[in-house]
Amino acid sequence: MADRYASIRYLLPKWSGKLGAGLVIVGLITLFGVIAPYFTADPRDSGNKGLRPPSAEHLLGTTKLGYDVFAQLAAGTRGSLYVGLVGGLSAMLLAIVFGIIAGYFGGWLDEVLMLATNIMLVIPGLPLVMVIAAYVQNAEGLGDFARSSTLVALILGITGWAGSAVVLRAQARSLRTREYVAAARVAGESGLRVIFVEILPNLVPLIAAQLIFGVMAAVLGEAGLSYLGLGPTNSITLGTMLNDAQTGQAVGSRAWWWFVPPGLLIAMLGTGLSLINFAIDEIVNPKLRLAPQAARLQRKATKEGKGVAGGGAFA
Amino acid sequence: MVFYLRRIAFYLVTLWAAISLNFLLPRMMPGDPAAIMIGKLRRASGGRELSEETVKAIYALLGADKSVPAWDQYLAYWGRLLAGDLGVSSTRYPYPVATLIGNALPWTLLMVGAATVISFVLGIVIGAWVGWKRGTWLDHLVPATSLLQSIPYFWLALVLVAAFSVQLRWLPIVGAYDVFAFPSGPEWSWDFVVSALYHAFLPALTIVISSVGGWLLGMRNMMVSTMSEDYVLTAEAKGLRPSRIRDRYAARNAAIPSLAGFSIALGFVVAGSIVTEQVFSYPGIGKLMIQSVQGLDYALMQGVFLVITLTVLAANFLMDLFYGLIDPRVRSHG
Repeated sequence: MADRYASIRYLLPKWSGKLGAGLVIVGLITLFGVIAPYFTADPRDSGNKGLRPPSAEHLLGTTKLGYDVFAQLAAGTRGSLYVGLVGGLSAMLLAIVFGIIAGYFGGWLDEVLMLATNIMLVIPGLPLVMVIAAYVQNAEGLGDFARSSTLVALILGITGWAGSAVVLRAQARSLRTREYVAAARVAGESGLRVIFVEILPNLVPLIAAQLIFGVMAAVLGEAGLSYLGLGPTNSITLGTMLNDAQTGQAVGSRAWWWFVPPGLLIAMLGTGLSLINFAIDEIVNPKLRLAPQAARLQRKATKEGKGVAGGGAFA
Repeated sequence: MVFYLRRIAFYLVTLWAAISLNFLLPRMMPGDPAAIMIGKLRRASGGRELSEETVKAIYALLGADKSVPAWDQYLAYWGRLLAGDLGVSSTRYPYPVATLIGNALPWTLLMVGAATVISFVLGIVIGAWVGWKRGTWLDHLVPATSLLQSIPYFWLALVLVAAFSVQLRWLPIVGAYDVFAFPSGPEWSWDFVVSALYHAFLPALTIVISSVGGWLLGMRNMMVSTMSEDYVLTAEAKGLRPSRIRDRYAARNAAIPSLAGFSIALGFVVAGSIVTEQVFSYPGIGKLMIQSVQGLDYALMQGVFLVITLTVLAANFLMDLFYGLIDPRVRSHG
């Protein structure tokens, strides 16, 4: 019975310190974003005294307008995670559509889809997002949606899928030539069925890695966009906090408790996500795991006097 | 030859796509960006009538009313661009967009360009060394680079300003040169160059710190993969000096994908430098872009986006040519 799960288990990352640390960091931040807003003070309550350093009453002090920074941080984390998730997922879906279809079907479809992908890849992302946001957010007839975090996330997703599509296409191309895929085709399975049943499951680690990148990119992209004043107005995110700090002269008035926490949280979230990605990378590219391990063993053997090479490139 | 022709064709198509996107976006939106822009220009000119030429340029760039066929609008749009006419800015009225961009571009090219090259070289050299020392304690430093990569550029800039400019007062807070010492603007003198370097140090440092991690990690991983290739083993068996194996056999081949990934990374650097310029009020292209977006100066925004795209495409194209030169496989397999 145990062998039934062997095929699933090899897709899961090997347990390692990196993976553990990454999961703990991301888990804690997610918990903070999901649970903390229920327990903190109202993040939009400006009744407090402004620009107070951290104290027992306000764990992280207050902003110029008297908002409690800790409460804002909790609400901002939730907002940023939401943008990250929506942006990352929409980018991933587009990457799957463009990358896998291009890689699997090949031919002229591949040429056309890859041309579109490469164009998206070389057009610089943030300026494009800024231009689109500037037009869309001032368009008539969108109402509240025009400045919502969902729209910001979708804009980030629509402009941020190209890198993942290239990676997925390369892998789908190589899977296409495997015997078992050929067998499925000979057995008369339709193209879409081959993609969903034979190819997609084998791309799961890669897609997961790309999703994590997408979430990271969306969180960072939102932070940049909000910092420039193009972020959502209906919700608090880590980026809008930094924008408030910028317009409120937080740096000049040395209010470190105001601008340091949101950026630090973004950096921690990014670090946690990329630590998880390292673990996934080591499944996709076993050399990354095996080569340092081999070098370590060899050096240990040399140290114990059992080695063949007395140093040099492999020690 | 086919390789180069394909690349040139690709960049021409991309250029066309970027320009057409620029043409389509304002016209696809509900509402009327051209009307908003003309309203802004009227207010900027203080109620005086705008010249017919200015109004015509705005309609050509941002969309005339629906009675003009789309194809004619498209031709008129191209005509404007090819003549180098990007309209008049409303936030910096009455300066033409092209002049504003011309003044801002050198600052960005020099500062961001130098920072990118420094960061690339540092990343490749350190990455090769860390990859060479795989399996040692240095491996544990690798995850730390991801922390550098996840830091938002502008937040790092804020922290650096808070530490070095506000707290320690070692470096200037804003600007690209000392505007009090040089009230008449940039000039060619030693003092001015010193002032410009002094002001560019912190923005450039921000870009280097936040982008070096990516190069380093990519190079390290390629180095680890390359070191397990058979030809490296052969080189070792021949008894070559380790430094020769490292530099000539492993690092040279491991660096190739980093060069190929240059274009993707360049996008991040451009994005990062836009927000960095905002933090430092650096008078470059990024600052201009932000100003235009915040003031809904659509003409300036379009022009800046076009110039950024053109510059990035040009950098990518040069990199592609170079890449084809050093790696013959690319030329033969496309």
